[in-house]
Amino acid sequence: MKLLKLVPDNTNIHFLKWRVPFYVVSVLLIAASLTLTFTRGLNLGVDFVGGQMIRFTFERSATAPIATVREEIDKLGFGEPTIQEFGKPNQLSIRMRLPEGSEKDPAIAERMSAKIVATVKAAHPDARLDGNDTVSGKVSGELFSSGMVALLAAMVAISIYIWIRFEWQFGVGALFALVHDVSLTLGLFALTQLEFDLNIVAALLTLIGYSLNDTIVVYDRIRENMKKYRRMPMPELLDLSVNETLSRTIVTSLSVLITLVALLLLGPDVIFGFTLAITFGIFVGTYSSIYMAAPILIWLKVNATSFVPQESDIDRQERLARERS
Amino acid sequence: MLDFPRWKRVTYWLVALLFALAAVPSLTSIAGISLPSVIPQPKVNLGLDLAGGSRLLLEADASQVRRQRIESMEESVRQRLRGAEPRIRIGDISSRDGNLSFVVENPAQVDATREQILPLTTGAGLTGQRDWDIKVEDGNRFILTPTEAGINQAIDHAMETAIEVVRKRIDALGTREPDIRRLGSSRIDVQVPGLKDPTQLIELLGKTAKLEFKLVDETAAPSDVVQGIAPPGSEIVACVDAGACRGQPAIAVKRLGGIKGDQLTNAVQSNDQRTNEAVVSITFDQQGGAKFAKLTTENVNKPFAIILDGKVLSAPNINEPILGGSAQISGSFTIESANQLAIALRSGALPVDLKVVEQRTVGPDLGADSIKKGAIAMLVGTVALMAFILITYGRFGVYANLALILNVLMILGVMALANTTLTLPGIAGFVLTIGAAVDANVLINERIREERARGRRVVQAVEMGYKEASRAIFDANITNVIAAVLMFVFGSGPIRGFAVVLMIGIVTSVFTAVNLTRMWVAMWLRKARPTELVL
Repeated sequence: MKLLKLVPDNTNIHFLKWRVPFYVVSVLLIAASLTLTFTRGLNLGVDFVGGQMIRFTFERSATAPIATVREEIDKLGFGEPTIQEFGKPNQLSIRMRLPEGSEKDPAIAERMSAKIVATVKAAHPDARLDGNDTVSGKVSGELFSSGMVALLAAMVAISIYIWIRFEWQFGVGALFALVHDVSLTLGLFALTQLEFDLNIVAALLTLIGYSLNDTIVVYDRIRENMKKYRRMPMPELLDLSVNETLSRTIVTSLSVLITLVALLLLGPDVIFGFTLAITFGIFVGTYSSIYMAAPILIWLKVNATSFVPQESDIDRQERLARERS
Repeated sequence: MLDFPRWKRVTYWLVALLFALAAVPSLTSIAGISLPSVIPQPKVNLGLDLAGGSRLLLEADASQVRRQRIESMEESVRQRLRGAEPRIRIGDISSRDGNLSFVVENPAQVDATREQILPLTTGAGLTGQRDWDIKVEDGNRFILTPTEAGINQAIDHAMETAIEVVRKRIDALGTREPDIRRLGSSRIDVQVPGLKDPTQLIELLGKTAKLEFKLVDETAAPSDVVQGIAPPGSEIVACVDAGACRGQPAIAVKRLGGIKGDQLTNAVQSNDQRTNEAVVSITFDQQGGAKFAKLTTENVNKPFAIILDGKVLSAPNINEPILGGSAQISGSFTIESANQLAIALRSGALPVDLKVVEQRTVGPDLGADSIKKGAIAMLVGTVALMAFILITYGRFGVYANLALILNVLMILGVMALANTTLTLPGIAGFVLTIGAAVDANVLINERIREERARGRRVVQAVEMGYKEASRAIFDANITNVIAAVLMFVFGSGPIRGFAVVLMIGIVTSVFTAVNLTRMWVAMWLRKARPTELVL
C-alpha cells in the first residue's frame, strides 16, 4: 500500500532566508491588530460589560426580524437595545443596559426582561426564548479582570516553563510567539466585531496551549541538533530543524483542522465564535512557531554551547590531572 | 522495546477497558436507550447550557454581618452589666466607626467591667486570636473592635445558614435537584436545571424575611415623624405603602421591648375570616409563643407594628391578649405574595441580605440542539480524521485510530465516574482533544520514519521513535496543563467544564496514544518480525 506523504523526504526549504521580511510583516500585523483592538474596540458581551442579553430563535423565519424587534423594544422605553444576529440567521440577541437602580434591587432588571420577552413573543408567535443572561456591573468587572489575569498568567507561566526546560532565549521566543497569536486573534475579533465573551477567553487560553505545541516540537529539535552539530551556523541549523519537523507540523495541524472544521460547519451555533477563534489560532500558531519563535533565537544569540553540560569541578580536576600525566 | 511483560499488558488493557466501559451509560442515555437498572450507571452530568435551566449568583452583604455583630454585642454588654453585682452603669454608648465604645461611669469599676465582658468573646480561627479586641482608653472608655478572624467566622456562619435557607426556599417551589454551593467568601452559586423562568425564584430569594413585632410609640408627634425625627428610645420605620399605616408614610416604633419573628414552627397563606383578605397565619414555637403572649398581654389596646425586612407591613391594635401561640399577619397581600411570604417565613430568615449579581437562563430547546449538533460534528470530525491518519500511516495509523477511539471513551468514562459536568464549551474541548491527541502519534510515527531513513533497523527505529518523541510530547502536554489549570482557576461555570475536559483529555491521550500504541506495536513486531516498515 502506498501511503500519503504530504512532505517529500529530504525537503529543504530555506525558511530562515526570509526571516527579516516575515518578521517585519508580523510585527506590523501585531501592531495593527493591537491598534485596531484599542481604537475600534472589541464587541464585548454582557460577560464583560454587564447588562442583559436575551436570545431568541425565530423558528418559522429564514432571517430574524432585527429591525422590527428593535422598533418594538424602542417603544418600551428602556433605552436603546443592541440587536445582532447570533449563531444562525434566524437567531438574534438583544442586549440592554441594566436599568437604573438594578444594582440595589435586581428585581427591576428582572421586570425589564420579562416585559421584553413578553413583547417579542406577542409580536412574533414563532419566537423561541433561548437564553436570558443578566450580569451586574460588579461581576462583569471581575470576570473581565480574572479573564485577563488568566491570559497573562498562562503566557508568562508557559514561557517560564520553556525557559526552565530550555534556555532563556527560548522562553522569550515562546512568549513572543504567544503575543503574536493572541494579538492577531484579538485583531480578528476587533475587525469582525464578533461578540467577545468568556468563551473567547477560553479559546485564547486553548490556542496558547496548542500553539505552544508546535513551538515546543521545533525547539526540541533545535536543541537536539545543537548537541549534534556543534559547528553548524545557527540559521542553517534552524532551517534544518524546521524542515525535519515540517511533516509532523503539517500532519498535526491538518488533524486538528479537520476536527475544527467539522465543528465549525456542523457544530452548535452558539459556540461559532469560540471555534473560529481556535481555528484561526491554529493557523497563526503554526506560522508563529516557524517564523516568530525560531528566528528570534538568532537575534538573541543562542550559543552553540548552550546545551553542552557544564564541566563539574571534579571533572575539571580529573581532566587537568590527565593532561599533566 | 519488544519486551512487554504480561502483567503490564493486563494492567493496560484493564485500565483502558474499565474507563471505556464507564462511558457506556452516558452514550446510551444520549442515544435514548435505557439499560437495565441493576447495573451501576455513572453518567456525565449535563451543564445548564446543555440541559437548560437557570443559574443565579447571589452575593451577601458582608458589611451587614459586621454591623449585626456590633449591634448584638451592644445588647449583650448592656444585659451583662445590668445584671452585674454591684450593677455597673455605663454611658455614651456608640457603635459607629466599626466598633462599639462606651464609658464606665465609675472608673473604679473598669476592672470589674473587663471581667464581665471577657466571657462574651471567644476564640476564633486557628490562630488563637479572639473574636473581639478589648481596649481601654482615657482610663474608663471601653472600645470593643471585632477582629478579622471573628468577622470571618461570623461570615462563614452566616453563609452556611444562608445556604440552608436558600435550599429550603428552592425546595418549597418544587423544583428538582438544585445545585447550591458557596463561592468565595460571600457568594452563593445556585443552579436549577430545567427552570425556565427564574422570576419567582429571584423574588423569593430577594426577601430576607426578617420579621419583627415592635410597639408603636404613640407619643411621637406626626410632624416629627414625617421629618424622620424619633423620640428618645424610638426609631422611624417606613411603611411598605400608605395603606399599611393608616395613610402615613412612616411611623415611630420603640427600639426595645419588641420580639423577633424567628421562633416560628409554621407559616401558611390563609384568608382573614372577616375581611376575606389574603393573610399569612404564623405559629410560634413554645418560647416564641410565650414571649408573644407576654407582649400582647402587657399592651392591650395599644397598636404594634409588624415589620418585615425593615418596612412596616401593618400596625394593628392589640384588641386582646393573644395566648394561643398563633397570629395573623395582614398587609394588603395578594394570594400569591402572601404565599411567597409564607414560604420565606417557613424557611427561616436569611442572616444577611442576598442580591442577585448574575443570572443566566438557557432554554431547553437550545441545549438539546447543541448536544445533537455537537455529537454529529464529533462523529464526522472523528471519522474524517481517522481516514486521514489511516492513509498517512497505514498499520501505524490503525493503532493510532484504535487509541483515538479508546481515548474518546476513556474521557467520557472518567468524566462519568468523577461525576463532572459536560458543558457546551466542553463539547468543543472534546472535539479539540481528539484532533490534538493524534499529535503524539504523529510525532512518534514521523520520528520512526526519520530513523528508518537514517538507516536504522526496524526495531531500533521504532524504539528511537518512541524515546525521542516522548520528550516533546511531555513538554507539550505540560504547557497544555498549565493553560487548562489557569482556565479552571480563573474561569467560571461553562469554562471550567471545558478546562476539566482538557485536563482529563491530556492524561488519557498520553496513555492511549503513547502507552497503548507502544504495546500494540511491540506485540506486532515480536510476532511478525518485519524487516521492512511501510510508513
